[in-house]
Amino acid sequence: MNINKLKSNFSMRAAFRGLIAIIIFIAIWEFGARSLDLIGYRVPFIGLIPPPTAVLDSWAGLVVDPSYWQSWYMSFMRVFTGFLVAMVVGIPLGLYMAVNRTFYGIAFPSFEILRPIPPLAWVPASIIFWPTQEMSIAFVTFLGAFYTIVINVLGGAKSINRQYLQAAQSMGASQADIFRRIILPATLPSIVVGSAVGMGITWEVVVAAEMISGGGSGGAGGGLGFFIWSSYVGGSYEQIIVGMISIGIAGYISSELLRKLGGRFTPWLKTR
Amino acid sequence: MSTVDKTNLMPTKGAIRIEDVVKIYDPEGTAVMAVDHCSIDIPAGEICMIVGPSGCGKTTLLNTIAGFHGLTSGHIYLDDEILCGPGKEKAEPGSDRIVVFQNGALFPWKTNLENIAFGPMMEGKLSKGEIYQKARKMMVDAGLEGTEDAYPGEVSSGLRRRVEIVRALMNEPKVLLFDEPYRALDSLTKSVMHEALLEIYYKNKVTIFFITHDLEEAIFLGHRLIIMSSRPCKPKKIVEVDIPHPRDYSVLTSPRFREIMNEAKSVVNEEARKAFEAGEKEG
Repeated sequence: MNINKLKSNFSMRAAFRGLIAIIIFIAIWEFGARSLDLIGYRVPFIGLIPPPTAVLDSWAGLVVDPSYWQSWYMSFMRVFTGFLVAMVVGIPLGLYMAVNRTFYGIAFPSFEILRPIPPLAWVPASIIFWPTQEMSIAFVTFLGAFYTIVINVLGGAKSINRQYLQAAQSMGASQADIFRRIILPATLPSIVVGSAVGMGITWEVVVAAEMISGGGSGGAGGGLGFFIWSSYVGGSYEQIIVGMISIGIAGYISSELLRKLGGRFTPWLKTR
Repeated sequence: MSTVDKTNLMPTKGAIRIEDVVKIYDPEGTAVMAVDHCSIDIPAGEICMIVGPSGCGKTTLLNTIAGFHGLTSGHIYLDDEILCGPGKEKAEPGSDRIVVFQNGALFPWKTNLENIAFGPMMEGKLSKGEIYQKARKMMVDAGLEGTEDAYPGEVSSGLRRRVEIVRALMNEPKVLLFDEPYRALDSLTKSVMHEALLEIYYKNKVTIFFITHDLEEAIFLGHRLIIMSSRPCKPKKIVEVDIPHPRDYSVLTSPRFREIMNEAKSVVNEEARKAFEAGEKEG
């Protein structure tokens, strides 16, 4: 009981420190951005960007603008589509490579040649072979998470303690039981880790893909990446920063959701 | 049931006969002999302690009995039924021979209770309700009450070992194969575990094939010590421990215990020195 109290005290303190750091950061930024007016000298780097108050002001205007939220929606949809497909394809692929030596021999070399190709290098090719722009963005996003998930699942499933398998075998488990009750749960922690890393990459990729693919017409294009790009082209530096922070928040929400979900699937890991 | 003290009654099933077993590992043509014409006869219900220096090939022998490895030549019998031999290089792993591993092999994603229920669930002979009822009872008997719904990672290593032994016993094995299960425990926990193991053994008589290099452990638990030579592994000396069961920790200070200890020590030391000089690695 006391330990828990101590722990909560500790996390309160940690949160407090975090808050202080953010406040100091914003104060320096505000002062730096206004340095030309305040001290007659432009502080390098910070002096060139809009101050946080101006960013906040611009943001206040944007939150009532449906097209801003449309950008959020577009990016989120792409991230989740790409990510879900990557899970649905990647987890079975990784598991199958881990348990079937023949398939591993066939698939792994091709996989390893494709893996180092950055998802963004696929943009032109995917524009050519996918019928719509939306599909090409989703495909590139998918690639961002796919390789990471497969590699983690494969590594996790291959490094299972051999004695778990031996113990299960001794106790009469069939091959199907061993897969379902040993290999799958033993790989779950790696699946969760792979998904978390994959989710991060997905956000990186979607923003870049949106910048490259442009606005388009008839509901295509858009997204937070395009939002930043068009703000830059339109000369609204405040909006660039609003876009950047929006992506930060969106990424954080996605990771947090994933952590919650992952924790629910791996309850035995919480207890260490 | 009669009121006869059952502690000295032996079961009729579970005798292991190892006959002239040879195991040669051949990684890239460099033949390494792990087990050399080894013959051991273990009557049903005996606690047989296999003592030898690290890396002498004891674990290899255990793995061939369990069916995890094949053997090169020789036979292994369980109650006159052949487990492996010529024409059947590798024994079929089965619930009549359960291994308690050196580092523990409880499934971390299952609670202690689910771990214990795993074997019978796989066997599928009893209903789920019956299995869990039995598992709970076994846990209470082994002093594991209150840890049923904890994950193995949440309880002490000593308790984990006990859970693992109960999990093994749930399969109603004829033989328990221990691969230095208490190696990583501190000596105080170890002594508690030894008494607990004997207590469980007195209630559920099975044959125990127990690998160790801790002489005190070996003499305290065992009916017999088979002292193995350094690699390749073969019995070098058999020491009978004629201290009657049931035993408790007071036997450690008895003069007979000391005598047996001295007798065994000289043989073990000699082999350990040989192993050390040969530069044997852990194995």
